[in-house]
Amino acid sequence: MQAQLSTKHLLGIKYLTEDDIQIIFETADEFKEVINRPIKKVPSLRDITVANMFFENSTRTRISFELAEKRLSADTVNFSASASSVSKGETLLDTVNNVLSMKVDMIVMRHPAPGAPQFLARNIKANIINAGDGTHEHPTQALLDAFSIREQLGDLAGKKIAIFGDITHSRVALSNIFCLQKLGAEVKVCGPPTLIPKHLPQLGVGVEHDVRKTLEWCDVANVLRIQLERQDIKYFPSLREYSQYFGINKELLDSLDKKIIIMHPGPINRGVEITSDVADSEHSIILQQVENGVAVRMAVLYLLAARG
Amino acid sequence: MSNGRVILTTERFALTIDRLCHQLIENHDNFQNTCLIGIQQGGVPLVRRIHQRLLEITGVTLIEHGKLDITFYRDDFRRRDKPIRASVTQMDFLVEGKNVVLMDDVLYTGRSVQAAMSALGDFGRPQKVELLALIDRRFNRDLPIKADYVGLRVDSLDEAYVRVEWKEVEGEDQVLLFPHKEE
Repeated sequence: MQAQLSTKHLLGIKYLTEDDIQIIFETADEFKEVINRPIKKVPSLRDITVANMFFENSTRTRISFELAEKRLSADTVNFSASASSVSKGETLLDTVNNVLSMKVDMIVMRHPAPGAPQFLARNIKANIINAGDGTHEHPTQALLDAFSIREQLGDLAGKKIAIFGDITHSRVALSNIFCLQKLGAEVKVCGPPTLIPKHLPQLGVGVEHDVRKTLEWCDVANVLRIQLERQDIKYFPSLREYSQYFGINKELLDSLDKKIIIMHPGPINRGVEITSDVADSEHSIILQQVENGVAVRMAVLYLLAARG
Repeated sequence: MSNGRVILTTERFALTIDRLCHQLIENHDNFQNTCLIGIQQGGVPLVRRIHQRLLEITGVTLIEHGKLDITFYRDDFRRRDKPIRASVTQMDFLVEGKNVVLMDDVLYTGRSVQAAMSALGDFGRPQKVELLALIDRRFNRDLPIKADYVGLRVDSLDEAYVRVEWKEVEGEDQVLLFPHKEE
């Protein structure tokens, strides 16, 4: 009957319990019904103001959060680092405290520094939602990924999920690993050795470098983007070589004796980690992921607001 | 929950449901332009039962019915200690221009009904909305809301608690009144 999260912030999947994740999913199921109605809006957060503070670029996540907030009837303010006093040298805490003085209840923050949301949560009173902190975590992406898998395959326990690509620079990978493991799924990563952190097996994650073998093993392939903007040195010889050895293409998928689900958190580099015919094929649930993103974020906002 | 008093026995329960059905038939004839909507969660078994009896009594083969979740419309969100888990909304028909009969098991403060009416508004503009309550705690209202069809009126103190039990859920059709709500 009652549903309450164990935390008042969403800093990372690491800090959620399995029950928390299930409550978020069950609530998101109902919000998915809401956003498919003719009037896609409920009044739950009408007395809440949310600040979307993006210190790093984003299209999908930002629009998704903003839509989620609007569909819950919250008031929203948007902030992007490039057009703000951050460029004049203001500290993160000062910036946020100034925003909070204007009576903001929740903060959705994307920041290039890992741990920035934890720092805020320790220092201010509002609910914090991490929308990606550097290479650390991106919890709502992991939740919507797991929610999308659950929609396709049911309960995640025992399911085999493989994450392909640039694991080292990916916050999506870490959040996904935590989330899938909490739900009882088996996780493997696959990519060039230079893009897989050496301590990963300590998290109980399988490491593989052969794309075909990994595809034969998994039920779901979550393909990540090569994050060139975070790579200060060369991790592989060329994009062409990467796509030859680690890219997923139609011939590869057709040669498997089962149908696997292809996911991608976006933005896609077509022809690099995934070819266009795979991204647009019936295997792909990339656009469902985006749709589910709004429902899952509505659930997170709603449940955190309920905690006050 | 040992100190509950039965205020509607199994036999009276069946009579009450039948009476409510006949009152609905009086006003809605063959239910062509009418739909029955149960407010989650208490209204759902009530709609199921009334729908089933209406089919038996009238011989009509189709009466539209659904369930409406009001969790996201409640005005006590963030004011209660623990949030309520959302339930399913299932309405496979349009309410636009229809005569809607909202149903709930217990009409108490009227806040659920108010939330249900705002929720209903998000699905369209009904021609007319009526309210059916199996139990009407008429002296405990917070809002100016009144039921059009009432199974049983109960005069009780604010701290009292009414529980409706169903054959298919608890094993017996009956309504109990408790002096206090127990956790």
